[in-house]
Amino acid sequence: MQYFIKTLILSLLISNLYGTIWNSPHTDINEKKETLFSSFSLPPKHLDPVVSYSSNEWAIISQIYEPPLQYNYIKVPYELEPLTIKEMPTIIYLDKNKNSVEENSTHLVYSKYILKLRTDIKYQPHPSFIKKYRSLSSKELENISTINDFKKSGTRELKAQDYEYAIKRMAVRQYHSPILDNMQQYILGLKEFSTYISKIKKKTDKLDLRKYNIKGVKTIDDYTLEITIKGKYPQFLYWLSMNFFAPIPWEADLFYQQSGLIKKNITLNTYPIGTGAYYLAKNNPNQEMILKANPNFHTEYFQGEKLPFIKEVIYSLEKESIPLWNKFLQGYYDASGISSEAFDQAVSISSTGDMGLSDEMRKKGIKMSGAIEPSIFYLAFNMSDKVVGGYSKKAQKLRQAISIAQNEEEYISIFMNGRGIPAQSPIPPGIFGYQKAKEGTNPIIYDWIKGKRVRKPLEVAKKLLAQAGYPNGISKKTGKPLVLYYDTTSSGPDDRALMDWRRKQFEKLGIQLVIRATDYNRFQDKIRKGKAQLFSWGWNADYPDPENFLFLLYGGNAVVNTNGAGINSSNYQNPKFDKLFEEIKTMKNSPKRLEKIKEMIAIAQKDSPWVWGIHPKSLSLYHSWFSNIFPNTMANNTLKYKKIDGKIRIQKIEEWNKPILMPIVIFILFLVLISYPLYRAYQNRQRAIIGEEK
Amino acid sequence: MLTYIIKRILYAIPILIGVNLITFMLFFMVNTPDDMARSQLGAKQVTPQMIEAWKEQKGYNKPLFINPKATGIDKITDTLFIQESIKLFSFDFGFSDSNRNIGEDIKQRMMPSLAIALPSFIIGIVTNISLALLLVLFRGSILDTSMMIVAVMIMSISSLFYIIAGQIIFSKLWHWVPISGYESGWGAIKFVILPIMIGVFAGIGSSVRWYRSIFLEEINKDYIRTARAKGLSEISVLFKHLLPNGMLPILTGVVVIIPTLFMGSLIMESFFGIPGLGSYTIDAIKAQDFAIVKAMVFLGSVLYIIGLILTDISYTLFDPRVKLG
Repeated sequence: MQYFIKTLILSLLISNLYGTIWNSPHTDINEKKETLFSSFSLPPKHLDPVVSYSSNEWAIISQIYEPPLQYNYIKVPYELEPLTIKEMPTIIYLDKNKNSVEENSTHLVYSKYILKLRTDIKYQPHPSFIKKYRSLSSKELENISTINDFKKSGTRELKAQDYEYAIKRMAVRQYHSPILDNMQQYILGLKEFSTYISKIKKKTDKLDLRKYNIKGVKTIDDYTLEITIKGKYPQFLYWLSMNFFAPIPWEADLFYQQSGLIKKNITLNTYPIGTGAYYLAKNNPNQEMILKANPNFHTEYFQGEKLPFIKEVIYSLEKESIPLWNKFLQGYYDASGISSEAFDQAVSISSTGDMGLSDEMRKKGIKMSGAIEPSIFYLAFNMSDKVVGGYSKKAQKLRQAISIAQNEEEYISIFMNGRGIPAQSPIPPGIFGYQKAKEGTNPIIYDWIKGKRVRKPLEVAKKLLAQAGYPNGISKKTGKPLVLYYDTTSSGPDDRALMDWRRKQFEKLGIQLVIRATDYNRFQDKIRKGKAQLFSWGWNADYPDPENFLFLLYGGNAVVNTNGAGINSSNYQNPKFDKLFEEIKTMKNSPKRLEKIKEMIAIAQKDSPWVWGIHPKSLSLYHSWFSNIFPNTMANNTLKYKKIDGKIRIQKIEEWNKPILMPIVIFILFLVLISYPLYRAYQNRQRAIIGEEK
Repeated sequence: MLTYIIKRILYAIPILIGVNLITFMLFFMVNTPDDMARSQLGAKQVTPQMIEAWKEQKGYNKPLFINPKATGIDKITDTLFIQESIKLFSFDFGFSDSNRNIGEDIKQRMMPSLAIALPSFIIGIVTNISLALLLVLFRGSILDTSMMIVAVMIMSISSLFYIIAGQIIFSKLWHWVPISGYESGWGAIKFVILPIMIGVFAGIGSSVRWYRSIFLEEINKDYIRTARAKGLSEISVLFKHLLPNGMLPILTGVVVIIPTLFMGSLIMESFFGIPGLGSYTIDAIKAQDFAIVKAMVFLGSVLYIIGLILTDISYTLFDPRVKLG
């Protein structure tokens, strides 16, 4: 009894020590009513806007940096709107003498984008704006280990020069901007500037880019920037919504080039500086990253309310999906994706195949949001391969037969828990050129029966295969079975089921599929050199334009033609398709453009350079206290729109996480109960040993 | 002893050069500098210009072992291997291929790793030795037999099971501790309790069986009989006489681990969200970040050599008959 009372007192003490919740991974959760708790699974490598290109990095920096444009949060189809500029850029078309011409003029040589900046935008507080911190002595550096160790910070207004400076930084080869080579094709003078400035950078560690100028990028005044593009490139507007074009103040660039700070991991790669709704208050990519509301954020309203709603975001590193999922269920994360392990617990699929939340999730008030991603994952045929490639009728029929036999619906059901839709063409839903229902059905693979898309029967595929010269999968020429080779990096035990499934799809036609598993480097090398026969590949959109998908099939981008740098990995080259692509590339969305896109899709469907594969669907769950969530797959700076009700959260967390004390009591009682028999046994053993020794 | 230590340190130099050489050969056999550049640049379209610029900046444009374009001694010294090795031997780990200071990262990650590894190690040894002595005390009894069966069962189950089961029972069902996470300072206690408990528990099976067999070999020796003949209690016999003599083989396996505790535990840290060094090397291998891989392999080798030297020194402390020379 005495022990029991002691245990109870101890439990109460512990309980008081930690509050009513013991298992909270967050400190002072009661006080963090305006904080969003989120996670990241992979530490971001680059937070420098000219370098960063991964979704996990953009999830952070898009809240900090402000390029001139942004996507409207709720409008579908996706629509750009001004962010730091007063209105959408004015575009002037010029001839070779820089005289203004009509948009459709054959004399058009340049397009000039004029950006007029807002005058009320200021940077987050930052030490780089204090002059003395831009040349720190070694003594001053001794007490600095993070950016927060600087005692003073300053700010200043956003200027057009900062956008110009960012483009100049992009041009420095040593900074490794992934879009430099692409932008060199468009921005006037960027290529020459890049060659010149990269040579200068080789000779110096500290480079002040203010002294140098790009021919096609001009600051007219503090609030006006002109960017001149070679020819016509309407997609440039989409690039202006990306972080590559976010402003960089020269002060910050010089500040971060100090070797003493670089040694301490204090660089633009680790501590971004922006004008956005948030600033990075803590960056420990191995543990935790904290965003805080920027006190200097300009006025921006959403549905009549001033942004941002959430004042702080704590991102914690969660490498494993199981702890992440359990913490979400305990209320310690406000939102979560659905891992395959948790899928059955989270989602129930009705008899009609519709996805909904399970009863367990509904009882907790959890909500689900989903959207088809602007991505495609496909099985590519190498068109330069002797067996599956080529443009003859027979080769076409072989690929068509294989495409019919690949049951993508089954793949989605087995391997993706139903999270995806079979692709009919390269263009996913939500992108101009995507067609619904019968019009959007691939007639080579599907029939449209009673208002539904039905995959053609296997007999059709077999017939096509026979016409291709392989009746029942046996070559007419050699009399031997057709053997195809599938290159993949999936070689682990977890991938066996997928590979077996893949093999079965070919076996349906009597084709033998040999899986050639290899490491990622060798796999990529094979694709670049056009040595693979069949392989799986994918693409995620940079911007919501059909050009960003159709260029995957453009002959000029074929990897074998571009020394491995192209993005047309199947090496598809159809002159008619290519000609149409060159036309639609610079067209604005219009019925005429749509017609041409339809024509291109029909050509590609007939040639079947890909088994069209799937467009994945992302599903995410969020708690009842987390609101203003719209599934916008293009916008990255959406944090500022989201809302948290911290009072409900803490109420629910307390309800769901009351510590259960009984096991402690039982354990202590157990210890008490076994201690006496053990003592007796020891005494007996002691006597026995003495007896033995005697 | 000092001469012995100096001799061992000198022996370590060729070993470290060899380890470094093997790391270089193995890494570059699997990854070419072009592959590394592609992986680090991470862009959708990596152009040859981007690759060349990256290699030049990181020094990977130099030949690995022999520079045919150089003359004289530069043929050997103006190579990636020599340039990088010199830095390593001066413990200048430099910057990772993603531009982070490796030394700073190691410093930052070492403490969280130690926060789990050190208590697990100490509590584990105390628990395992105590349990082994308890079983020796009750040798041949039902307690001994049943504990041996339990030990084999504990050994047979994957530590991943204990981690997930521990998280479900203590965090999800009983709500005692956080499932995962980490805080620096005293706040770390609530995060490290569960991984330490699991670490200790998962190690009981093999260690108790091993220590028990060591102690059983000693228990019938003459010095134990003499101790008993003096009238000492069995507890005194076990702790004062049996334990110090049985410690020598235990030390061989245990002391060598001490320096490597800094390197952390991959699975444990990954599941409990501990920002330690456990996954640092594996993540670097996945990201083809050679700068981190070579630094960590080098550091691991150094720590292991230190462990071996410490083991030898510890022999002299526990057994006066052992002389290092």
